[in-house]
Amino acid sequence: MKFGIVVFPGSNCDEDAYHAVVDVLGAEAVYLWHKAHDLEGVDVVLLPGGFAYGDYLRAGAIARFSPIMQEVAAHAQRGGPVIGICNGFQILCEAKLLPGALLRNAGLQYISEMVRLRVENADTMFTNRYEPGAIVRMPIAHGEGRYTADTETLDRLEGEGRVVFRYVNAVGEPDASGNPNGSMRNIAGIVSAEGNVLGLMPHPERAVEDVLGSHDGLALFQSMLARVSA
Amino acid sequence: MTASSRSSTPPAPRPGDPAITPALVAEHGLTDDEYQRLVAMLGRMPTFTELGIVSALWSEHCSYKHSRPVLKTLPTQAPYVLQGPGENAGVIAIGDGLAVAFKIESHNHPSAVEPYQGAATGVGGILRDVFTMGARPIALLDSLRFGSLDSPRVRYLFGGVVKGIGDYGNCVGIPTVAGEVMFDPSYEGNPLVNAMCVGLMREDELIRARAEGVGNPIIAVGARTGRDGIHGASFASEDLSAASEAKRPRVQVGDPFTEKLLLEASLELIRSGHIVAIQDMGAAGLTSSSAEMAARGDVGVTIDVTKVPVREEGMTPYEILLSESQERMLVVAKRGHEAHVRDILAKWDLTAEVIGEVIAEPVYRVTEGERVVAEFPGSRLVTDCPVYTPEARESEQVHALRARDVLATPERPEEADPVWTLVQLLSSPTIASKRWVYRQYDTTVRTGTAVLPGEGDAAVIRLRGTDKALAMKTDCNGRYVYLDPRVGGQIAVAEAARNVACVGARPMAITNCLNFGNPRRPEVFYQFREAVAGMGDACRALGTPVTGGNVSFYNESPSGAVYPTPVIGMIGVIDSLDHVTRSAFRHDGDAIVLLGEPTDELGGSEYLARVHGIVAGAPPRCDLERERATIDALLEAIRGGLVHSAHDCSEGGLAVALAECAVGDRERLVGAEVDLSAWNALPARCVLFGEAQARVIVSTPDPARVLAIAERHKVPARRIGTVRAASGVLRLTVGGRTVTAPLERLAAAYHDSIPSIMRRGPAEEAAVLEQHPQPAAS
Repeated sequence: MKFGIVVFPGSNCDEDAYHAVVDVLGAEAVYLWHKAHDLEGVDVVLLPGGFAYGDYLRAGAIARFSPIMQEVAAHAQRGGPVIGICNGFQILCEAKLLPGALLRNAGLQYISEMVRLRVENADTMFTNRYEPGAIVRMPIAHGEGRYTADTETLDRLEGEGRVVFRYVNAVGEPDASGNPNGSMRNIAGIVSAEGNVLGLMPHPERAVEDVLGSHDGLALFQSMLARVSA
Repeated sequence: MTASSRSSTPPAPRPGDPAITPALVAEHGLTDDEYQRLVAMLGRMPTFTELGIVSALWSEHCSYKHSRPVLKTLPTQAPYVLQGPGENAGVIAIGDGLAVAFKIESHNHPSAVEPYQGAATGVGGILRDVFTMGARPIALLDSLRFGSLDSPRVRYLFGGVVKGIGDYGNCVGIPTVAGEVMFDPSYEGNPLVNAMCVGLMREDELIRARAEGVGNPIIAVGARTGRDGIHGASFASEDLSAASEAKRPRVQVGDPFTEKLLLEASLELIRSGHIVAIQDMGAAGLTSSSAEMAARGDVGVTIDVTKVPVREEGMTPYEILLSESQERMLVVAKRGHEAHVRDILAKWDLTAEVIGEVIAEPVYRVTEGERVVAEFPGSRLVTDCPVYTPEARESEQVHALRARDVLATPERPEEADPVWTLVQLLSSPTIASKRWVYRQYDTTVRTGTAVLPGEGDAAVIRLRGTDKALAMKTDCNGRYVYLDPRVGGQIAVAEAARNVACVGARPMAITNCLNFGNPRRPEVFYQFREAVAGMGDACRALGTPVTGGNVSFYNESPSGAVYPTPVIGMIGVIDSLDHVTRSAFRHDGDAIVLLGEPTDELGGSEYLARVHGIVAGAPPRCDLERERATIDALLEAIRGGLVHSAHDCSEGGLAVALAECAVGDRERLVGAEVDLSAWNALPARCVLFGEAQARVIVSTPDPARVLAIAERHKVPARRIGTVRAASGVLRLTVGGRTVTAPLERLAAAYHDSIPSIMRRGPAEEAAVLEQHPQPAAS
């Protein structure tokens, strides 16, 4: 399986994603330059974290106009898997490949810490290697991660099982104490209606080895390996 | 006509430039003697542009004119040092063909008047110093000093500095992983903001900033030049005063997004082989970068300011040369490779313009089109700078403070309960958890951070593709240096070494950032000379040479000088990831062993400052042989797999260090039972809160072997207790009685202190802003 990791000016988790999928997972990967129009035959497109275009104007607002985003949208339309992590999630929302928006954290500060997530739907191409309801640990590092949408959208997401990861507290409950950034309904990650586009604020690629304090993110990439290769 | 063929006619005054008057010379910070030197060097009156250039290059910040002779006494050699002081950053080899570039620098004055941009651009500058050596930055550290957090103004500065550091490093994508923050009224008017960067490269990727090759083009790369930060270097070379606020325009404005592009483009340029040298246009901008590269390469250069890409119309040569606009680089390319350089920059949406060339004629020449606006003979612009060795004399007041018998200080009634005292210390902002700070820093980007802030005595970054890791830490207790500069300088190095050893690393080398007051005051220069001597003592004893650093004088405000604060940035190497060690107790039943022993010292302690409001007494003795032996013993025990946790004793002493081992991880409190009766002959408060040096708390499943190792290294050691993981308390027996501290109470004191202070009402914050209005359009 081949991953395509998009490099925008200001992406800074591109190398980390590459390391996770190539060195740890053992898959193939190529970097895709944002000015390119060719996805080079990749199976999965990954929009990495960082500050594409400096997050000027609004996180993801300029990156969505990069030439490569036309190809990413077409790939998603064809049912091809797309993952957006952190800044990548913000770009996917700006590009309308996912609903909702990511606003400034409730506390107005950038937050970098390990969080707990509950796997709300273990039956997606991104999560099938997790146990349903599993509590996993991954780092977050963002200033604008407060997931926000109108009630109708939120209800639809919930109803269709598209809320994939939810922030939870030390005992696994999605309450305010477990919500680092004020996201509505503690939402940390969602998928598109067709289930092939995933956006999440936490960094699974930073949680793939014990030396980094958690390997809980690895199953996300393994899930794709199992599904996409099958 | 090429620049090199131009005949050398001396520059005439440029129309529109002010006339050179004694008042103008004084405004540029030159003494009469320095001005006479300049006239003698030129053999004529300088032009306005030349006066500006010399004012910047001979400023303390650029010239080190008061510090050079003293700095020369520091040890700089080791077989593994690839680049010592004098370049953009020091470089050491760490095996496997890898090398580490690292450097620390101050941004104190800008941060005092504009904390957010001041701190942010400090981070930007230190990143550029490291990647211009050819290294990819892998970690940032910050050493910060502020006045008391009870002051709303200090909270504004603290909050702004932390946000500035975070926003810059987070955007560029370099993890900020360690440092320290201390609070003391001496820093009230003049906070210290020191940023350190660590970068990694292959040994053969090392590049130096030395102009070479007659005919090679000089290229300005990156952001355009604007009018911001003009004379920042001179601003950093004078005392802060009420008028400093008016110099806010001298503070540069950072753009981390451009920095990220510049980082990638610069590394690509260096690897491409199209260039021979690269240097940051940092302090004193184009002037300093071009003059220094020429001096190092022993060649001449000529620069045409009309070729420099500018942000605004009508900029004068003076402004272009002295601008400190951020995110700019000066590159010497190979002749004929200009197009390749432009292509690489264009890929990253950056510009590259040829602005001059390397010439054989030994001059430093600046033109504005055809007009020569500045011309200096040879490299004398850099080498002719005067060097001073001012008078040094210890302040009698400090002498008296040191001599004071602090053991005679009567105890406060509350101290009858040592747990009360312990809680006071744990909630002291200097000791309390700094999570409020590092939670705002991306600590995990680049997926290398093996020991995060708060987890160990130093940060650990694993090196992908090897089993090795780097440990890094900054340290300095300015109070010790104030009370006894020589001992304080020794302790700063020793503590930094001990900290990296506690995470399992062999201390290798240091960079330093020497923050002092006005060197023309004898008591300040005495502090400087003695502190550097102390650092040198410790570096020699511990085998950690100095590879570079930065001197920041004039850290004074109307209320006086800051404590002398020579911050040490230490790098250590961990040979195997198996040796990585954290500070918190882990396993129930582990023995707790103390390497080293308490003394009857209390001088300069956090206890005296926090509980009694006293800064006096002699700082703890520093026995460098003992420090070295303690580090050796600790590393032998760690490498033998005997150590489950290691934590050094520093501010707050043994009791605070034990509490940190127990409650450092708020989600996992681990109790312990400790018996210190062996030292009942000493005053209990000295045993608990004294800051005797060369001490490390270790938890181990095999105390007998740890004690045997200590004995072999002639390090006093004793088993002092046992980890009682689920007990919920820290039980201490000392001076014939046993006290029990609930872990929840200790954890609340330690973890909630800074957040609760920073939550103080918005009304107060608004009042601060009113007092210090922000410019509407910055």
